[in-house]
Amino acid sequence: MRRHRLGNVPRMDAPADPGPRGAAADSSAPTLALSLIVNGRRAHLTADARVTLLDLLRERLGLTGTKKGCDQGQCGACTVLIGGRRVLSCLTLAAAVREEVTTIEGLAGSDGPLHPMQQAFIDQDAFQCGYCTPGQILSAIACVREGHAHSDESIREWMSGNLCRCAAYPQIVAAIRQARGQLSR
Amino acid sequence: MRPFTYSRAQSAEAAVAAAGAALAEGAEGIEDSDGAGGAAGGPATLAATQFIAGGTTLLDLMKLDVMRPRRLIDLNALQAEYQQIRTDGQGLWLGALVRMSVAAEHAQIVQDYPVLAQSLQLAASPQLRNMATLGGNVLQRTRCNYFRDPSYAECNKRTPGSGCAAILGRNRKLAVLGVSEHCIAHYPGDLAQALVALEASVELYGRRGRRSLPLEELHRLPGSTPHLETVLGSDELIVGFRVPARAWTRRSLFLKIRDRSSYEFALSSAAVALDLSGGVVGEARIALGGVATKPWRAREAEVLLRGRALDEAQARAAAEAAFAAAVTHADNAFKPELGRRTLVRALLECAALPLQP
Repeated sequence: MRRHRLGNVPRMDAPADPGPRGAAADSSAPTLALSLIVNGRRAHLTADARVTLLDLLRERLGLTGTKKGCDQGQCGACTVLIGGRRVLSCLTLAAAVREEVTTIEGLAGSDGPLHPMQQAFIDQDAFQCGYCTPGQILSAIACVREGHAHSDESIREWMSGNLCRCAAYPQIVAAIRQARGQLSR
Repeated sequence: MRPFTYSRAQSAEAAVAAAGAALAEGAEGIEDSDGAGGAAGGPATLAATQFIAGGTTLLDLMKLDVMRPRRLIDLNALQAEYQQIRTDGQGLWLGALVRMSVAAEHAQIVQDYPVLAQSLQLAASPQLRNMATLGGNVLQRTRCNYFRDPSYAECNKRTPGSGCAAILGRNRKLAVLGVSEHCIAHYPGDLAQALVALEASVELYGRRGRRSLPLEELHRLPGSTPHLETVLGSDELIVGFRVPARAWTRRSLFLKIRDRSSYEFALSSAAVALDLSGGVVGEARIALGGVATKPWRAREAEVLLRGRALDEAQARAAAEAAFAAAVTHADNAFKPELGRRTLVRALLECAALPLQP
């Protein structure tokens, strides 16, 4: 198995997990030593160069809160924060990640209170099936921090990258209105 | 996705040297999408070594098995010039690695180059705009469904000489300007038209050094070679764009007409800029999108506006000229009229902008 040094990323010493699983694993494909910080914790792994951040989060780190909706960058369900900016993890190579990653699991402490945006989504009935919801919440947090949640019209435009087949859109707007004054983090 | 090696270039020189070395080796070869092989140094879009910045076009097409690079060179650490926005009295420099979201809200671009800012604000989604770079955005590829689905064998863009499934297929969103019997694929981007309308130039850097050309000359018509989309060599990077500050720059706007009001490609768009005084056009600059095979400078329309009062009748005459050469197919016969109305509305709204002189 070829290994490929990745510039200034430290080489891993020992794998933190057994390696890629599933039918698509190809033992001849180039692999990389990766080191990422996700929700404040550093992870060291070896992965196929093709692995997207989305698949790394779900399949390797067990963080299944981030959802795979279309895997083509067209639905927004896979939205996470990288360096505080909202991005699509399905179109991000894990190997290309250089800043801290925040997923839905990183918003509330394990036994702590929910993030105000999470609470607002509950209070305003802003989800039905829940599949788009993690992406909506992270996108909403970024939307507020960007200064784009000042009006309903602006919220709708700046949240248009997150589709909801259940059409919870009005309640999502209401949730963002509720939480926008409460975000300090 | 097919397997690839990934590396991160620390400088443009290193990136270009790595791409050039791969070409010189020849052993990697260059495959078209059915593996038939081609000459080393062939079209940039078919090269075995691809540059990646935001990756939003490249990874999408790799997942669809449309693009099959064997090597990716990550450009995100390239030196300062590639990441900068600089303005002075002469104009604007936009580094190729500037993110769309940053340029879209840059105060001076919003104020002094509004058509640029609007073309970015109306594009894609907030997440995509945070990822995608200006250089990559200009190089985005067609959304033609036949191109994007390798189960259709007939695609001259993917597989030179194989035919075009779109011409007799579902072609509602495809081009009516600049088409050929070999390809009717539309150019789907927005930023490029804004840059073309403002007469931007693009700086390139490759093994043979730097060169600059009008951005209007970067993209090629499909003709009989739809697989040749730009004049870029496989080793060439976009360094950035220079946008001159001219008499028409500040009075400019981007109008995007589409099936959804957000997060959707243009069915028809117009980037217009006017040097207007007392209701009379000194100069007009027009570029059309969603309707053509490349970012489309509408000189025939500009000529009809020059030196004349701009009213609806004159705008309509200009729009007729812009689409006079349109060639339609089964599902997109509506596009020339949609395109004309888009241009008329853009011109009139641009003329009505309440700018300080």
